[in-house]
Amino acid sequence: MRRLPPPSVRTVGWLLVVAAFAVVLLMHYGITGMQQRFVGTPDLAWAGVGAVLTAVSAAWAAFALSVPGRRAAWAWLPLPGALLWIGASGLGCLRQTVLQVTAPGTAVSTAHQSVDCLVFIIAFSIPLSVLMVFLLRRAYPLRPVLTAVLVGLASAAASASLLEICHAYDAAATDLLTHAAAVALVVAVNAAMGGRLLSKA
Amino acid sequence: MPHSLTANGFMGLDSALPPWTSVRKIVQAEATTASASESPDQRRARLMAAAQSGDRRAYERVLADSILLIRVAARRQGVAADRLDDVVQETLITVNRVRHTYDPSRSYDAWLTAIANRRAIDALRSRGRRDSRELHDDFAFDNHADLADASAATEQLQRAQRLRAAIAELPPGQREAVEQMGLHERSLSEAAELTGRNTGALKVNLHRALKALRERFNGEP
Repeated sequence: MRRLPPPSVRTVGWLLVVAAFAVVLLMHYGITGMQQRFVGTPDLAWAGVGAVLTAVSAAWAAFALSVPGRRAAWAWLPLPGALLWIGASGLGCLRQTVLQVTAPGTAVSTAHQSVDCLVFIIAFSIPLSVLMVFLLRRAYPLRPVLTAVLVGLASAAASASLLEICHAYDAAATDLLTHAAAVALVVAVNAAMGGRLLSKA
Repeated sequence: MPHSLTANGFMGLDSALPPWTSVRKIVQAEATTASASESPDQRRARLMAAAQSGDRRAYERVLADSILLIRVAARRQGVAADRLDDVVQETLITVNRVRHTYDPSRSYDAWLTAIANRRAIDALRSRGRRDSRELHDDFAFDNHADLADASAATEQLQRAQRLRAAIAELPPGQREAVEQMGLHERSLSEAAELTGRNTGALKVNLHRALKALRERFNGEP
């Protein structure tokens, strides 16, 4: 019998896969575009930090909740990161709309271009969610649906973080709504399917 | 009986486990020799950690030691006394399946209680589902005991109606005799006085009427 590694170790394992995706994207798109955007408009950088924190904390919470005897309060762990992510994105939206300051190297996306963001987030969320569900199935989540919600949040936040590498659109209302819709969709699908996949009779 | 089922159900999974009775004795002996500084939770955590490393005796001890904890957790969830053994069995099966998820640096009791709570809730839910489909005998009796009486009363009513119809179809003299002496329970002399017929004629008419009715209902000549 092989003992289950602690949640922190399993979280790091999953994050390594996310990091591998990031490396591939950085090699393809380069780092300069992202640097310019983040230096020119710090709110975008803070939103990115918020997304990364949400991904890390939601993944950690999901792995912690998959062990019997851990408190359900773990589910609140992603809240600070999520607040930073949402708050900074909202500030970016205000800056763009009210002050008319657009981040360097970006444009305000059209509805059609926003769909690309939606597809990106969903496309990356699928393998990340599948991997995490696979890892969690070795454990024993006593709250399968809550755990699945955290899986969805971690995957969507990680995908949104990866999107920042190649995201040439500013934080306008259309873009934010698309991101929010993508995250909500990923979380909802995970809650609907993951709950069943994670519950063991 | 449920207790032997508990043991057997688990034995099916791990045939090397001795019956619980003998395990209990081992645990009692273990409890008396345990050092005073070690809490029961710490002892179980140590045993489970050893079990994870492949110590079969430690596993047997910690499982036997878990039964009381499982029962307490199930009771707290509101499981009825006659279902406690089922929850113990289900929890022990789950523990055997997910024992790799126990982290020895954390409380064994919290880990076990979380699993026992889940199995207890499952038991309560399956009970609820069954109760919504099935009726208990006492419930059925309380609510439907009148059903048989009601049908009997209807049958009796129908029989009376048939009898009344049959009497109505009798010849006038016979009908009069049955009505006066059979239905109104009058004596022969009272009936003779009321109808103005002599007692002999009434007797003959009653006799013929009863014979006719008997023939009609029982098919006797």
